[in-house]
Amino acid sequence: MKIGVYICECGSNIAGTVDTEKVAQSAEPLPKVAVSRVYRYACSEPGQNLITQDIEELGLDRVIVAACSPSMHEPTFRALLREKGLNPYLLEMVNIREQCSWVHSDKDQATDKAISLLTSAILRNTLMKPLTPKKVGVINKALVIGGGIAGIQSALDLAEVGYQTYLVEKTPSIGGKMAQLDKTFPTLDCSACILSPKMVDVGRHPNITLLANSEVIEVDGYVGNFNVKIRKKATYVDPVKCTLCDECVPVCPVIVHDEYNADLSPRRAIYIPFPQAVPATYIIDEEACLGIDPLICAKCRDVCGPDAIDFDMKPEIIEEEFGAIIVATGYEPYPIENIGEYGYGTIHNVISGLEFERIISASGPTDGVVRRPSDGKVPKTVVFIHCAGSRDPAKHLPYCSKVCCMYSTKHALQYRHLVHDGTAVNFYIDIRTAGKDFEEFYQRAAEEDGVIYIKGKVSELIEDGDQVLVRGVNTLTSETVEMHADLVVLATGLIPSEGTRQIAKMLKLPVDSTGFIREAHPKLKPVDTVISGVFLAGTASGPKDIPETVSHASGAASRASTILAQKELEIEATIANVNEILCRGCGMCVDSCPYSAIELVAKNSFGHTIKVASVNEALCKGCGTCSATCLNGAINHLGYTDSQILAQIQALGGK
Amino acid sequence: MMIQEQKGEFEPNIIGFLCNWCSYAGADLAGTSRIQYPPNIRIIKVMCSGRVNPMFVVNALQQGADGVLIGGCHPGDCHYQSGNYLARRRMAVLKVLLEQLGIEPDRVKMTWVSAAEGKKFAQVIEEVTRDIKKLGPMKKIRRDNEW
Repeated sequence: MKIGVYICECGSNIAGTVDTEKVAQSAEPLPKVAVSRVYRYACSEPGQNLITQDIEELGLDRVIVAACSPSMHEPTFRALLREKGLNPYLLEMVNIREQCSWVHSDKDQATDKAISLLTSAILRNTLMKPLTPKKVGVINKALVIGGGIAGIQSALDLAEVGYQTYLVEKTPSIGGKMAQLDKTFPTLDCSACILSPKMVDVGRHPNITLLANSEVIEVDGYVGNFNVKIRKKATYVDPVKCTLCDECVPVCPVIVHDEYNADLSPRRAIYIPFPQAVPATYIIDEEACLGIDPLICAKCRDVCGPDAIDFDMKPEIIEEEFGAIIVATGYEPYPIENIGEYGYGTIHNVISGLEFERIISASGPTDGVVRRPSDGKVPKTVVFIHCAGSRDPAKHLPYCSKVCCMYSTKHALQYRHLVHDGTAVNFYIDIRTAGKDFEEFYQRAAEEDGVIYIKGKVSELIEDGDQVLVRGVNTLTSETVEMHADLVVLATGLIPSEGTRQIAKMLKLPVDSTGFIREAHPKLKPVDTVISGVFLAGTASGPKDIPETVSHASGAASRASTILAQKELEIEATIANVNEILCRGCGMCVDSCPYSAIELVAKNSFGHTIKVASVNEALCKGCGTCSATCLNGAINHLGYTDSQILAQIQALGGK
Repeated sequence: MMIQEQKGEFEPNIIGFLCNWCSYAGADLAGTSRIQYPPNIRIIKVMCSGRVNPMFVVNALQQGADGVLIGGCHPGDCHYQSGNYLARRRMAVLKVLLEQLGIEPDRVKMTWVSAAEGKKFAQVIEEVTRDIKKLGPMKKIRRDNEW
């Protein structure tokens, strides 16, 4: 064993506070150290050449670099070792910059600290064994959970690259929230017109298996090899036979709320979710239908020409293996019933943004005429309240949902286009228009389309006859504002959907304080999760508008293909390792493992069957918790073994 | 310790076990933000605070440390989901045992520092150093190493 020690001066970053020569000298007498040098910038090319040269000439087999944090240059120097045919795990970085020279000013003390950190690293390194990362095969199939615009985009991208992709959607049709929108800001593109072609592509693509009305119920496995169970609920209508003739609908006696129209219109128990639905088929709402066990009514079956209706259809469980998973489970609007002062649900003419979206929609419950749901009158004054339940850390959502300023502006502008003599008033805290052409859109609404903007929060809504009394404050003039409105629209923020919350729990994905799924790194890994092989698309990780969602989804597809394109994957080598001779099979490690990576297996030991712990190397993430749990020291954390850590303790505590 | 001789005043030797994902990254952030803190802390990186075997803590106190700090991710934020909870439970039990041995349980401190909390990391080190200074040198169960 020959160790080379390199102390980096990092210009004056380290040398300014640490006596690097003294540190280098301190390492010389230590056992196994063949050479100890100081260099100005170890990470520079000449710096790396110096190490390479020493490896060649002195026959070094281990390298210690005392420089910056391992998060900076550990990969650099590991690559150097690999290039020279040495095991990359035999490199040791000593953090004498971020955790020494930059945080201390007394040179003697900092030098002292650097010396003890270096000594501890050398002792640790002498106990390090070469590690080889294991390889596992990859299943070249992807699963996309959620069929909104994010899931649609990810699935299409992956399918185009050539990967078999399953798109699982909980509701009867893909399309998600975007399918409910009338127009999109800032271009006023018709939402259905730009979305439907993509939905049709999904339905037709030979590489996409679309499972609508289905839910992921179990996920097992690891990157490259996920085992997934999907429950496909019964639709009671054979989609192949259904000709979309609509004969069944008028005869159905059951009337329920239509969720596509935000419950503002009725639908029957047999229905098509919306005209452009994909898969294009009628389905039966099993909660409402009178025909499903017991069979009380079968009027739709009686009139169905192609005989597509089957009341005995049963749910199916589909088991599949996937190499990568994209979570595109989306958002839902913040429940405005929670905002007591705005009286949603008790004051008749207070509605939500999504309800207004359906009311102004040409395919909506009022056929595109703006009528308020309470009495069907055309409202002449509409008040839009921004940030309803947003940016309110004391009571509601602390964050900004990014899209509400824009969609309220869009609503007000659309309203002015539909009701020319109407007045649209927007109450806002701040107008946030950070997006391409967003500011111009807002200017257009305010200047060309005469939308009124008042900076201030509405404190209270009071029902006054068939109008709503709006009480608020104009913070620019410091005056209180009181006005009557025919209709009040609350712009609610976005919260993680129930599906997002369920999937996060099922996949053990960490969520942030707002409940959205946390990215592996908020800046540099915005579509990765901490679980390798699982990626995020769209609003499952936080509020986004449509263009951002689409690019996020394409990003997720691209990240997923970096896994799907591999034949096999290297997995982390610093994992748990069982010494079967010491293991007594108590199973405490099994309980402590957060990834269920350890199980007790029967083993033949000199004719006796004993139980020992066995680590699934592909599942182990290398936290080392099992190792700290084991009473016999039988399970060790490779790269962070007990003996290595004890040696470090000895060096750091030692006199 | 050398530090002790220079200043005359008691300068404790503190060993810190920091998890790779939160506390170690928090310590790095303190560095990149150039926030100064006492040099008494010596850091050992582990992947997760759940890796810290109570035996390491006892061993550190035996081998020359006057105090031990264990830093993990905030509850609920553990990179490995639950390692920090196990660490917290182990340290709670260990403190009871230390007390029975006549060792001040305050010599062992567990803290949560996220990767974004460089300032908090520096504050924690200030606090720990001050607290251990008050407790004085660790004398019980001390092992005399010669090397």
